[in-house]
Amino acid sequence: MSRYDRYLFSTGAGLLALIWVLPLLYAVWTAFHPSAYEANFTLSAPLTFENFAKAWNAAPFARYFFNTFVLVTVITGAQFVLCTLAAYGFARFRFPGRDILFGLVLLQLLVMPDVLIVENYRIIHALGLVDTLAAIALPYVASGFGVFLIRQTFMTVPAELDDAARIEGAGPLSILWRVYVPLAKPTYLAYGLVSISHHWNNFLWPLIVTNSTETRPVTVGLSVFATTDSGVEWSVINAATLMTSAPLLLAFLLFQRQFVQSFMRAGIK
Amino acid sequence: MKRREWVWGWALILPALTFIFLFTHFPAVMTVINSFWSTPRGRRPARFVGLENYERLINDPTFWKVLTNNLWYALGTIPLSIGLALLMAVFVNRPFRGRALARMSFFTPTVLPLIAVANIWLFFYTPGFGLIDQILGVFGVGATNLLGQGGTALPAIMAVAIWKEAGFFMIFYLAALQAIPPQLSEAARIEGAGRWTIFRRITFPLLMPTTLFVSINAVINAFRLVDHIFILTGGGPDNASSLLLFYIYETSFRYWDTSFGATLTVVLLGLLCLLAIGQFFLFDRKVHYK
Repeated sequence: MSRYDRYLFSTGAGLLALIWVLPLLYAVWTAFHPSAYEANFTLSAPLTFENFAKAWNAAPFARYFFNTFVLVTVITGAQFVLCTLAAYGFARFRFPGRDILFGLVLLQLLVMPDVLIVENYRIIHALGLVDTLAAIALPYVASGFGVFLIRQTFMTVPAELDDAARIEGAGPLSILWRVYVPLAKPTYLAYGLVSISHHWNNFLWPLIVTNSTETRPVTVGLSVFATTDSGVEWSVINAATLMTSAPLLLAFLLFQRQFVQSFMRAGIK
Repeated sequence: MKRREWVWGWALILPALTFIFLFTHFPAVMTVINSFWSTPRGRRPARFVGLENYERLINDPTFWKVLTNNLWYALGTIPLSIGLALLMAVFVNRPFRGRALARMSFFTPTVLPLIAVANIWLFFYTPGFGLIDQILGVFGVGATNLLGQGGTALPAIMAVAIWKEAGFFMIFYLAALQAIPPQLSEAARIEGAGRWTIFRRITFPLLMPTTLFVSINAVINAFRLVDHIFILTGGGPDNASSLLLFYIYETSFRYWDTSFGATLTVVLLGLLCLLAIGQFFLFDRKVHYK
């Protein structure tokens, strides 16, 4: 690569990166400055946390955060357990109907509960769960993607390890726990990160099944906060926006490498 | 012995399958069934109406509008975000000063909730006040309401989706690029191939499985993600920026016409099935697998 080429290359990369980060920088700028500097970029503008304080006090964000936190924990936890069991069953047991059932599970990669809002609402309504945290979580507690991903990993575990444990008299569940799960740790990390960010960001379904402060997650709370015409200043809305994304953003900055690698791992089929 | 293995297998998959069937397969089937029934209202229970909902669908100009919108949305966002993703991956695949920063800048929008992303962009688009108008103002263009005009509302929404998605797809290309053995391009270079030729004849074909995977994801997302519409335009003006799933939401949960909502969902499911069939029969052959 000639020096000219290299120069062109890094300029292009830098320019694109700059364009890409600009919207976010802009949001950060308005959130940390008084509203008078919303569109006035003087470096001497005074920094302030007031917008965050205003946003925090204007809507029950503490409750929203709590709800999201509970949701994400429950969903990811349930997915780990249910998908692990199913993945183990599909990977290491022979039983009639296995391939058809696995095909049906894979179908969920294409038709996600996200698009079946009408009928899923009907089901949740019939169960009497409208406006509860359980209603938001239930359609997602078992995931076809999770089953698929963990099964892929389990298939690579050498059968000799399995046999050795069996000769020692270990039952299927204890083999799963002592042999398979420890070997799949990177997959769990990858899947966990993907799942957490997915469910932290989920909006449409929670919007449909919740209608009170007590059950709303942050995404719905933020949209309610931002769309009420109460003359809220832009800088405050931007502060609220950053606030709701902050935990994920911070986690991303801290675990950048793992994050990127886990998304890669989760995508490779 | 064999019987025991069967029982174990079924027992292990039962819990997950129960939930997956209850919230994916069962509702999918019920969607189709309910599209042949009327919406129950008050004391009037649902009654079988045959193809009435479908007749209404065909004569509903809003349906055709959102369907065309959705196709344009897919056509506009998918190739662009995939192209940009590939460009980003090629950029950050080789070392230069600030590479980590560039990669971070590309990937960060992916982590943000779409609803937050829409909030950030809404401020960009605000007429007279937002950043875009301020820049245009320098060139003497007056206030433009990009989100409020029929012709620009959909492209404005598409820009947001591209910004959010490209970095996500970049990750997969990056993984694929790193898996390509460097000897291949070295050999080609010795043969006298230029860099563009190497990319076109070696790198790009080897990236085909990734492109397929990313494309399928992109298509699904084009029909699945409508969060930003809630914040940016609410589907307006005059449905100019409404997408199929957003229309399903409006029909079912604003006007509570759930049967028509189910009929619209059938169309969406049909489109996703087409995608599956297309992926299976058409695309698979063109993909170079090792």
